This record gives sequence, structure tokens and C-alpha cells, in this order.
Amino acid sequence: MSIDVKDTAMSALLAPAPVKTRTRGSWLWLVNPRLAVGLVILAVMGLGSFILPFFAPADPSIQATYMRNLPVSPAHWLGTNALGQDIFWFLVFAVRNSLTLGVLVAVGVTIIATIVGLSAGYIGGRFERIVMLFVDTFITIPLLPILIILGALIRGNTSFLTVGIIIMIFGWAWDARTVRSMALSLREREFINMARFSGANTIQILVREVFPYVMAYTLVGFINTILFAINLEATLAVIGLSKIEVPTLGSIIFWALNYNALFTGQYVWIVAPIVATVLLFLGLFLTSTGFNAAFASKRGVS
Amino acid sequence: MGVARYVAKRLGLYFAVLFIGLTITFLLPRLMPINPVDGYIGQIQSRANGSISAEAIAELRENLEQLYGLKGDLFTQYLSYLQRVVLNFDFGPSFTYYPQPVSAMILNALPWTLGLLLTATVIAWALGNMVGLVAGYFHKKRAASVLEFVGILLYPIPYYILAVTVLLLLAYVFPIFPLSATFPVGQMTPEKFGMILYNSLLPGITLVLAGFGWNILSMKALTVATTEEPYVTYARLKGTSNWTRMTRYVFRNALLPQVTALALSLGMVFNGALLTEMIFSYPGIGLVMRTAATGGDYNVLYGAITLSIIAVATAGLVIDLIYPLLDPRIRHR
Repeated sequence: MSIDVKDTAMSALLAPAPVKTRTRGSWLWLVNPRLAVGLVILAVMGLGSFILPFFAPADPSIQATYMRNLPVSPAHWLGTNALGQDIFWFLVFAVRNSLTLGVLVAVGVTIIATIVGLSAGYIGGRFERIVMLFVDTFITIPLLPILIILGALIRGNTSFLTVGIIIMIFGWAWDARTVRSMALSLREREFINMARFSGANTIQILVREVFPYVMAYTLVGFINTILFAINLEATLAVIGLSKIEVPTLGSIIFWALNYNALFTGQYVWIVAPIVATVLLFLGLFLTSTGFNAAFASKRGVS
Repeated sequence: MGVARYVAKRLGLYFAVLFIGLTITFLLPRLMPINPVDGYIGQIQSRANGSISAEAIAELRENLEQLYGLKGDLFTQYLSYLQRVVLNFDFGPSFTYYPQPVSAMILNALPWTLGLLLTATVIAWALGNMVGLVAGYFHKKRAASVLEFVGILLYPIPYYILAVTVLLLLAYVFPIFPLSATFPVGQMTPEKFGMILYNSLLPGITLVLAGFGWNILSMKALTVATTEEPYVTYARLKGTSNWTRMTRYVFRNALLPQVTALALSLGMVFNGALLTEMIFSYPGIGLVMRTAATGGDYNVLYGAITLSIIAVATAGLVIDLIYPLLDPRIRHR
């Protein structure tokens, strides 16, 4: 079927860069240049954004803490913005909040997608067709307009967590499709039949035989979902429809654009979040493709 | 025979997507704890400095509910909603620009969005596939990995970052384009047309860059896989030139999954286009949506989202229906 071709395209897309160094018997098989670079970026940004807030002199989301529009100085590493907030600390909190949201959404999405995808792929038949119809629909429907309506309706009356839950509800379809196509290919494998003939029931086969195999893909999918969630929340925030008082990678750009940072020449306000976002996204992307390459090479070895 | 089944299956999916999409659009606002009518009444009340009497408000509510199809129980509302939307493409009047009908507002904005989106998508797709093909076909050469690096760098960057960066670089650091573009309306003259084209370049560049990265990466991966197929080796042993092998043998086969990928990613591309329009104040559906969202103009929002769902689903359908023409395997199954 036409649509299934996408899966090969996707997995092909996610498995570039054959790994050159293969070391048996140690965890070194995991290391390839992409993964290393990605993990280093993630470690620096992750640790930094989670540890630094403990040393923050003031909550950066409170306005008018400092003088407005201060230039870059030892006291304010990136200056302050037109709202009297320290840009550096706002950015640190933004990376932390965005990462937290991304990880939470990814946990939820992975759980939903794994349950839906595995059951559809493994049970098959009419159940699978109906489930896949829903999945395809969710993939095809443009997400942003729906989120814009939701954002317009609940604006101001929502918590940051609600935004995460909404993203979760609309974000599971892609992953479910991937998991299901893996389950499909697994359904025909010998070791699954072996387990079945040994008297294992469906649940046991899913948990003991299928899931460990799927684990590697799940990890890659997990990182991609973090990317997706951070991106979506930031997108909503940039157009002012998320919880924009909470510092995130999107809300900082929303405020900068709203206060015409470009016209007033406060380019640090807008360049800093751009650099941070690009770094974070590059880190996540390199980690996910790096992992994928590593797992692919491992499967090739064994 | 194969084609008939393929088309039937695809049409089934199309109608299912439309049905589920319209149902979600209908249900979402009604499941929300917030009632738009209350919002409207509040707005009118505050404009009149709270001088409206209780009876007048009751009457106002009655009329508003009538106007926005909120009368009766959920099922009746749903039926009349489907009837209005599917048969008449009628979303009622806009609240902010009363009594202008929503459908007219949306149809005015549609050509703008379509023009920008189609041009940018075609360019990004064609360019990305060509670069991806070269990067994949010569993947053992150093220069090819530079091409791939461009893809890696571009792909994970979100649309809004690309948009703001393009704005920063091409309108602020190198002031080639205006920081806030103007799009003249009304009678089209050659100067106006040139101005529109010029001012559309920034959002266009953003969309092309965003689509470019993904196309490079996926085409490169597909090309690498196709290059290792036995028939390509056979063609090499047969003595065909590098160029012929790359274009005739590898490209045509690697392109097929890219066509389906394009159909499936249309929703994403469309999201990106909406966002780009909002950031660049480009007068398409995206800007209509943003204005409606900030002004609480819900009829316009529902109209715009319904149109988006129909547009994306239809475009996907068209691409998938063209597919059998490209892939003989479906025709001869």
C-alpha cells in the first residue's frame, strides 16, 4: 500500500551514517560521532538548565525586576529586556521548561503509541483496520489549526500542564504507525511462533518477546517526540496561544517579537533564544539519528 | 483491477478523514468549558458600559445562539452543522466584521496561501530531491557529506526559528527586504504584482528552507538504499554511464516513496505555512486565523480550520491518485 511506503522512507531516513568503529563486547558499539556530539550538547544544556535555576537571583518570569533594556554586562550576561527581565535567566528557565514539557509529553505519547501500535499490529484483522484509519486521520489532519482553536478558547485559563496534555492527545499517531509496522514485521518471525507454541498468551508475547525488540526504536521515537513537543509548544507560544507567562523557548520569542526587539535594536533578546533553540534541536536530532545508527550497526553485528 | 481497488481504498480514507476532521472541529469547542456566546455578550456589554438590561441580554443570547448554530441538543446541532458546512460551505457571519460571511473572508485569503504554499513546496521538493540524490549517489565522496550536513542542519530547526532568522538576516542585518512587508489589495497592477512578489520572497524562502532539509535527508537515505540494488549493479556492468544510472535507474525508483511522503507530510507543511504567514503578516489563511484567534472570532476560526482539513485531505488525495501513474506496480497488480 502506498501509505506503508512511508515507513520504509522514515526508517531509511532515520538510519543514515553507517558506523565505522564496531567494538564487540562493550558499550562502545553505541558511540558514533553523531551520537557523541548530540549527547554532549544535550548533557550541557540539560544539566545547565536544571542545575542553574537553583542559583537564579530572581524568578525571571516576574516583570520589572531590573531596569529595562540594560546592555550586556557582568551582572546581566545577556542584558535585560523591555519587560525588565534578565534575558540569560529567562533563557535558562525557558530551556528547562521546554525540556520538561518535551520529556513529559514524550512519556505519554510513547505509552499511548506503543499500546495502540502493538495491539493493532499484533491483533490484526478488522480491529487493526479501524485503528489504522484513526491513526491515518490523525496524521493527515493539520494539527496547528486545531491547536489554534483550542488555544483561543482556553487562553489565559490554562496551566502549562494542560498545554502538554493537549499536545499529547494530538501527537501519538506518527509513533503508533511506526510501532505498528514493526509489530507487523515481528508477527511473522520465528521466535514469536516459538513462544506461541510454547504456550505463551498474547500479553506474555507482547511483553516478553516483542517489546524488548521494539525498545531501540522506542528510544529513537521518544527523542523525536521530545523534539516534536517542544516545537509544537514553542509554535503555539510564538503566536501567543500557549501559557506565555511561563518562560519557554517559544514565549521568549513571542515577547521579543511583541516588543519589536528587531526595530528597537535589542538583537540579543531574539538571537539568544534562536541560538539556544537551534543547539537544543540539533542536539536532540543528532542523538536520535546517532542512536538509530548505533542500534542498526548492532543488529548488523549480531 | 489493481487501480480500481487502490482508488476505492484511497477515497474511503479521504471521506473518513473529512468526516472525523469535521466531527472534531464540531465537538472540540462544544466540549470546552468556555462558551463563545458569553464572550461576545461580555464584549458588547463592556462597549455599552454595562447599560444593557437583563431582558435585552436574554434576547441577545437567543439571537447569537441562533446565529452561531448553538440551538437545540448536540445531535441536532451536529446535523445542521454538517448540512451547512458540506452542502453550502456556510459558516455564518464573522463576529468582528459582521455581517461579512466567513466563507467570503476565507475564500479571499485562500489564493494567497495556495500561491505561496504551492510554489514553495514544489521548489523545496524538487531542489531537496536533487540535492538528496547527488548526496546519496556519491555518498562515499567527501563533498556529498557536506550536502548531507546541510540537511542535518536544516531539518530539525523549527519553522518559527527559520522565519525569525530569515527576517533577522535578510531584513535587519542585510536590509534587502522590508522588516514589515506590505501587501497591497484591490485592483492588480504590474507594480503591485511586483511588490507582492518581492514581499512574498521572505516567507517563501522560509518555507523552501524548511522543506529542503527533510527532502535532502530522506532522498539521500532512499538513494543509498536503491544504489545497492542488484539491478543498479547490473546496469553498471552493462556499461551505462554514471549519469544515466543516477537519473534513469536510481532516481526514478527512489522518487516513489518521496511522492507518498509528500502526500503524508502535507499537514505539517500546511502548519508551517500558516505559522510563516502569521510571522510575516502575509495575508493568507494563517493571518486570518491569527486575527480571529486574538479577536475571539470563532466562526472565522471554525471556517478556516474546516477549510484547512478539506484542503490538506484533498491535496493528499490528488497526490495519491497520481501515484499509480508513476508506479506501474500498482497498475499491474
